[in-house]
Amino acid sequence: MFDIEGYYEAKSVEDAVRLLAEHEDAQIISGGTDVLVKLRDGKDAGGSLVSIHEIRELHGVRLQEDGTLEIGPATCFTDLTNDPLIRRYVPYLGEAVDTVGGPQVRNQGTIGGNVCNGATSADSAATLQTLNAVVVLQGTDGIRRVSVTEFYTGPGRTVRRHDEVCRAIEIRPEDYAGFTGCYMKYGKRAAMEIATLGCCVRVKLDQEGRTIKEARIGYGVAAPTPIRCPVTEAALAGCSVEDDRIYEMIDSGVLGEVRPRSSWRASKEFRMQLISEMARRALKEAIRRSLNGEAPGVAAQDGKGGDQAC
Amino acid sequence: MLNIVHMWVNGNEVELAHDPRESLLETLRDRLNLTSVKKGCGVGECGACTVLIDGVAVDTCLYLTMWAEGKHILTTEGLKGPNGELNPIQQAFIDEAAVQCGFCTPGLIMTAVELAGTGKKYTRDELRKLIAGHLCRCTGYENILNAMEKICGAGS
Repeated sequence: MFDIEGYYEAKSVEDAVRLLAEHEDAQIISGGTDVLVKLRDGKDAGGSLVSIHEIRELHGVRLQEDGTLEIGPATCFTDLTNDPLIRRYVPYLGEAVDTVGGPQVRNQGTIGGNVCNGATSADSAATLQTLNAVVVLQGTDGIRRVSVTEFYTGPGRTVRRHDEVCRAIEIRPEDYAGFTGCYMKYGKRAAMEIATLGCCVRVKLDQEGRTIKEARIGYGVAAPTPIRCPVTEAALAGCSVEDDRIYEMIDSGVLGEVRPRSSWRASKEFRMQLISEMARRALKEAIRRSLNGEAPGVAAQDGKGGDQAC
Repeated sequence: MLNIVHMWVNGNEVELAHDPRESLLETLRDRLNLTSVKKGCGVGECGACTVLIDGVAVDTCLYLTMWAEGKHILTTEGLKGPNGELNPIQQAFIDEAAVQCGFCTPGLIMTAVELAGTGKKYTRDELRKLIAGHLCRCTGYENILNAMEKICGAGS
């Protein structure tokens, strides 16, 4: 039995917003794989829950007219990994969330919870940073859109207000078209492990596949919040993929842009080593995937996910 | 305050009063006496409480009974044939000596039922990943994988 005072099942997003506004002690529960673990631990005990578990409109991935991918926040990790749109346009996001917990947790835990719990160790965090993903929040005052790069305010803290519900996570075509990517996770075990470090590197090459047009580097657990490395990203733009110095650039460059801490999971020194090595390996893999022709175009709304030239 | 949940458990329609603070694990064990559903870690790491909800393996320790409204729940008790026969997956676990203390067994069998239900065939490495949500401290997993390979392995 969980130590909660009240339980409210929201029928719609509007309903959830109203319930949250009415109950100051309430928190949102979606998949429950974080909230119930914390409750069991005695954290937030005696509070209330507003459940968005049964709101169907928050499930699934949709394609908007302009090619934007709209991810329902209550989509569980397993469904995200297997979703045809995700597999085609942002497969590395599906790979990233496939490293969360174990299969049963991935059948319940949601992408919205992974973002809104504010954890720097969230497995989707590094990848969503590199995608400039937009969190769509609906509250009493209406809807607003916040980039994930401006979403986090500290460990476990975000700009989401008490009465706001995440109603979508959007990925715009300019942030996925032409890019490949690779997410790497380091943990002491291969499964059922919280990331000691997570790193996502994405690249967009020129048409000949010789030069990096754009690089994006995102990390989880390299700072109190998920971060990007804009200075190193800018330095890599214009570099030849055949020049091995790009790997030295990335592994020394990122060290100046991260702020890892020592924790019981790993020391700061070890994390610094991981930060360099994982960036180097993820860059190599992202380039390999690009050269292998895996970069997608813009998703066109023809029901078949056909590409347009990008 | 009690809530009434309507659900199908092992093929039977059930209408049941429960506390809204209850996990499905507690409801299945304590109200329906389905003791194949084991209480282990309580935090979604050991998989001993795994059941299928609408065909999908879920840790019931992290699932509120409130959410079971209208859903189909399958536990190991529901695998029994009309004359008490074992399910082929249960038989494979016996044949391969995949059971020692037995605590993890019902959960692992439910994951095997889920995988068998997909109709796909899995490599040993894929099976390793797919049972990562279960902890077994006795067998070392090899015999469990042998049993699962018999049912849904690439060579089966």
